[in-house]
Amino acid sequence: MQPIIEIRNLSKTYAGGFQALKDVNLEIREGEILALLGPNGAGKTTLISIVCGIVNATAGSVTVGGHDIVRDFRKTRALIGLVPQELTTDAFETVWDTVSFSRGLFGKPKNPAHVEQVLKSLTLWDKRKQKIMTLSGGMKRRLMIAKALSHEPRILFLDEPTAGVDVELRREMWELVRELRKTGVTIILTTHYIEEAEEMADRVAVINKGEIILVEDKAELMRKLGKKRLTLHLQEPLKKIPKGLSGNGLALSEDGFELTYEYDTRAERIGVTQLLADLNAAGVRLKDLGTEQSSLEDIFVDLVRNGR
Amino acid sequence: MNLYAIKAIYAFEMARTGRTLMQSILSPVISTSLYFIVFGAAIGSRIETIGGVSYGAFIVPGLIMLMLLTQSISNASFGIYFPKFTGTIYELHSAPVSFIEVVISYVGAAATKSVIIGLIILATAAFFTPLRIEHPLLMVLFLLLTAVTFSLFGFIIGIWADNFEKLQVIPLLVVTPLTFLGGAFYSIDMLPEFWRNLSLANPVVYLISGFRYSFYGAGDVHILVSLGMVAAFLAACLFTVWLIFRTGWRLKT
Repeated sequence: MQPIIEIRNLSKTYAGGFQALKDVNLEIREGEILALLGPNGAGKTTLISIVCGIVNATAGSVTVGGHDIVRDFRKTRALIGLVPQELTTDAFETVWDTVSFSRGLFGKPKNPAHVEQVLKSLTLWDKRKQKIMTLSGGMKRRLMIAKALSHEPRILFLDEPTAGVDVELRREMWELVRELRKTGVTIILTTHYIEEAEEMADRVAVINKGEIILVEDKAELMRKLGKKRLTLHLQEPLKKIPKGLSGNGLALSEDGFELTYEYDTRAERIGVTQLLADLNAAGVRLKDLGTEQSSLEDIFVDLVRNGR
Repeated sequence: MNLYAIKAIYAFEMARTGRTLMQSILSPVISTSLYFIVFGAAIGSRIETIGGVSYGAFIVPGLIMLMLLTQSISNASFGIYFPKFTGTIYELHSAPVSFIEVVISYVGAAATKSVIIGLIILATAAFFTPLRIEHPLLMVLFLLLTAVTFSLFGFIIGIWADNFEKLQVIPLLVVTPLTFLGGAFYSIDMLPEFWRNLSLANPVVYLISGFRYSFYGAGDVHILVSLGMVAAFLAACLFTVWLIFRTGWRLKT
């Protein structure tokens, strides 16, 4: 299947000489949620700004729905809804007017029923006659999403949707994104919260210093990362692993004081109970035990630090 | 052509006018009324007629032009500058609209507004002084051409400005003096020869002269020269806008 967004050798150098993107290649599949993960200043916003038409690329090409973003900008932009990071809204317009304005701007005829449905889905319906300046920060954030959805886009860009948003609103936001995905909308969200990527994404792309350093299915990534390690500190050293429990993933340290056991947290039976029972039966006495898990955060920090 | 977008921006800008009715409509009307009272009634009664026209009536076309110029420039420059200032311009950039559509809608709205103000001032003037308009069609043509031309000029200023000072500097330091010295309150024939010749370098002279001709059938310069000057300025503004469009100057990084 042809990707809905295809980014080829994209580079951006700003007038001041700062190179924000270096030869970026990325394919985004229709209907997926892609999390674009990276530290501040990594190039996330520049990347989506180019796709949306706000920033001009220095080199490379982008197609959206098979159309070039420069040559066929009308077609590509009509497909995209953008929710920028900054809360930039007018002040004196009403909620209803500003959402209707966005719909017109994106070339769609008036459709009060759709605007109503969007406002209701974002719990803004009661506020429709209020001026934007009277809204709270969380409501403004939702309003910007409403504006982005006003023209029924097939692709939605959410640039740091939950930055500076409280926990409850963040949950609501995630729920909304899931609902949208069910309707077939492709969603690209940038974030520097690992938790968000873990929670939401089908795939994760990690960007750092203008380069994409990893693109992977989240499930695959989590499978790699989902391994957990149980370390058992023993009272008496063992010469070898006792018979009967030399099962999978069990290893003995050189000094014989530590047994480690690796297991998949998402397996139906992780075998820890059995292992402890077996150890007890074999007369192995424990001094202490601990578990550790590599998370997306670990790999992310690792990737970013090494700059690969 | 994205007609829905043009409609949306135009309606948005006109709604902005509606919200600021006091500032947009009332203030030009009041200030023009003050001009009429001071110059037309108080001082004007002691001034003899100019070319057979009473002084109060003589200054009407000039005052309308004065307002038309300043309002067109300030409306259009503010209209496009404000989204840049607040950041909401991201939406224009990311929307399927071309620069031409943006120009048409912003300039169209600004010109509409200043034409409305011009007509209101004309109606106000009729309260203070008997008016006659010899060439109504020509008058409307001048009104429209000037409104569009100076709205374009204002739009260019709005694109160029990256702070509020720049937004004000050209209207205040260039346009207002040129208008006052452009024969709004006097005929340049009344000036000594040196100043009269210097005045011919002031483009506003041609606008006011042409506009006055449409009222009273006489102006400081020939009507065709006036029309030619407006057309030339319109062409210069259109060319500049085209250049901005071609180069993306001050619009995108």
